[in-house]
Amino acid sequence: MDSDGVPSRKEFIDAVWSAVAKLYGEYGASQTSLALIDYDLEEKTAVIRTSLATLDLVRASLASITCVANREAAVHVLAVSGTIKALCKKVKR
Amino acid sequence: MRRAFADLHLRLNVKDPATALRVITKAAALGYRLIAAPFPSETRRDEIAKLKAVCSEAKIDFASRIDLRPRTQKELMQQLRRLRRKFEVICVACENKQVARHAAKDRRVDLLNFPLLDIRRRFFDRAEAELASNSLAALEIDVKPLLVLEGPARIRFLSSLRREAAIAKEFHVPIVVSSGVSEERLLRRPREMAALTFLFGLDEASVLKAVSQNPVAIVKRNREKLSSKFVAPGIRVIKEGKDC
Repeated sequence: MDSDGVPSRKEFIDAVWSAVAKLYGEYGASQTSLALIDYDLEEKTAVIRTSLATLDLVRASLASITCVANREAAVHVLAVSGTIKALCKKVKR
Repeated sequence: MRRAFADLHLRLNVKDPATALRVITKAAALGYRLIAAPFPSETRRDEIAKLKAVCSEAKIDFASRIDLRPRTQKELMQQLRRLRRKFEVICVACENKQVARHAAKDRRVDLLNFPLLDIRRRFFDRAEAELASNSLAALEIDVKPLLVLEGPARIRFLSSLRREAAIAKEFHVPIVVSSGVSEERLLRRPREMAALTFLFGLDEASVLKAVSQNPVAIVKRNREKLSSKFVAPGIRVIKEGKDC
């Protein structure tokens, strides 16, 4: 995440849910099975789980985020993977 | 081979080099290999060269671009005649139908851009697409409004983009997806731009083409034309001298 301040875990996931709901509505958001697995305040990185079928939907929603907790922010996807182990490997690489 | 991603519409403020450098560095970090920024028509070649040098330091290719806003067909012709050989990318912002139609059939025009918010002045219909399909013009879509608009305005914008993208696909008009942003915070990775493009119904292959192959092809084609060795399409000078 690219932002001025450091949003809390709740502020971050609220911003993600709100972006998904804004773009796809509550019905679309309910199909994503979105969950915040890990959130690193220092590195400003997060691991988000979503169902494979709604990956593009979540990607577009994350790209549409322009503020988190009333502060300007941008969320970039570093890597996508089926397992957390492979994801960590990808990010380290 | 890795795909080369391009953003042909970065609004860089040349008078503020520090901000411009930050945006360029950010674009390079996000994975772009080629960017283009619009200049005013009276820009000197050395000013463009200066920005090109800054970009090459950031290890990113730079193409000069001009956005023409003619009010009449005659004005468009005059501007094209005067500026075609000075800039690598020419975009026409179509403010009325007459200009839109003429720009679509002129082979010197690379990109067709339409007013972002006034849906009634987005003239990319089937007739426009048919003209564009016979020339070299591509439809440019800026992603910025998708990021800054909310509610009904974004809904209307998305709906008109969906219609235009379907027409472009039907008539084989290339689509170029650009950012259109001036702030680094609004810059997105190429894959994220592609994800936003899914919102108006393009398939994955077309989406990736719109952020890589299509813009890169425009710049490559024009660089070849602007080169001193270019004679005509398909003909170029290989060797000069008395021993030829």
